[in-house]
Amino acid sequence: MAAASNSFQAAVITFPGSNCDRDMAVAIEAVTGQPAIRVWHGDADLPAGLDFIALPGGFSYGDYLRSGAMAAKSPILRAVVAAAERGVPVLGVCNGFQVLTESGLLPGALMRNAGQRFVCKTVELNVDNTSSIFTSAFNKDERLRIPVAHHDGNYFADEATLDQLEAEERIAFRYTANPNGSRRDIAGVLSANGRVLGMMPHPERAMEPAAHAALGGADGRGLFENVFNSLIAA
Amino acid sequence: MKVRILVRLKPGVLDPQGRAVHHSLDSLGFEGVEDVRIGRMIEMDVADGTSDETLTKMCEKLLANMVIEDFAIEKLDGAKEPA
Repeated sequence: MAAASNSFQAAVITFPGSNCDRDMAVAIEAVTGQPAIRVWHGDADLPAGLDFIALPGGFSYGDYLRSGAMAAKSPILRAVVAAAERGVPVLGVCNGFQVLTESGLLPGALMRNAGQRFVCKTVELNVDNTSSIFTSAFNKDERLRIPVAHHDGNYFADEATLDQLEAEERIAFRYTANPNGSRRDIAGVLSANGRVLGMMPHPERAMEPAAHAALGGADGRGLFENVFNSLIAA
Repeated sequence: MKVRILVRLKPGVLDPQGRAVHHSLDSLGFEGVEDVRIGRMIEMDVADGTSDETLTKMCEKLLANMVIEDFAIEKLDGAKEPA
């Protein structure tokens, strides 16, 4: 693990109804050695000089209208979109993924699970993309075990968009057993420049050593380490 | 001015909610139900003279998700105001 003395400033955005924001901050600190700055949804500006922004899971604004729709229009999201356009890496997990699609930073939409039920279990992911800052330390077709917990995780995009995502290798992860009806088993999607990742599974809930597999395992840790190492090396 | 916005899933987008309700209607014994699609209705009271263009923008920017949904705007005169 790289020394924590390297400066790496991450921010975690909290919306009313976020509930994985603390887990996300703990996961980031566990890997970077530095506390993440906690930013509130009503803030108009992000702290200067951020290296990484995380949008956590939860039920922002009570999922009013559509999951992620209200958060995507909140003041801080304008700043997040501007930062992403400057190339600051952004990770959206679960509700954070929904916010990223609603804000237009990622294509597609997350609909109600095809089975109508809330799905809460550990799923197996296949690593499709191995070139992004999030995934370059993984091997192609490596399998990860990461928990999901969502009601609206059914990824939808039209066929042309799905074809484009595949052609541009922007599908980060696919489910090996589709839990929610997602088109083409998609669990995580990258932006065109590979620096924005949205995913339904919760890597921040899979940070424990293998001995504590019941707590979610350790497979999520690689994702955070990869971002940290990619950016510190850059 | 009262405005009613109907937001519906685009044709071809699977509606699991509609399918579940369809199944329930079948199991209650109602026959002849061919399809069920569930949408959302939004009623707004807006300033008189609010343009169609503005209403359309409201739908495109927030009220509907254009990836999966279509919308229809219906202006209601006083006589047809919902109770």
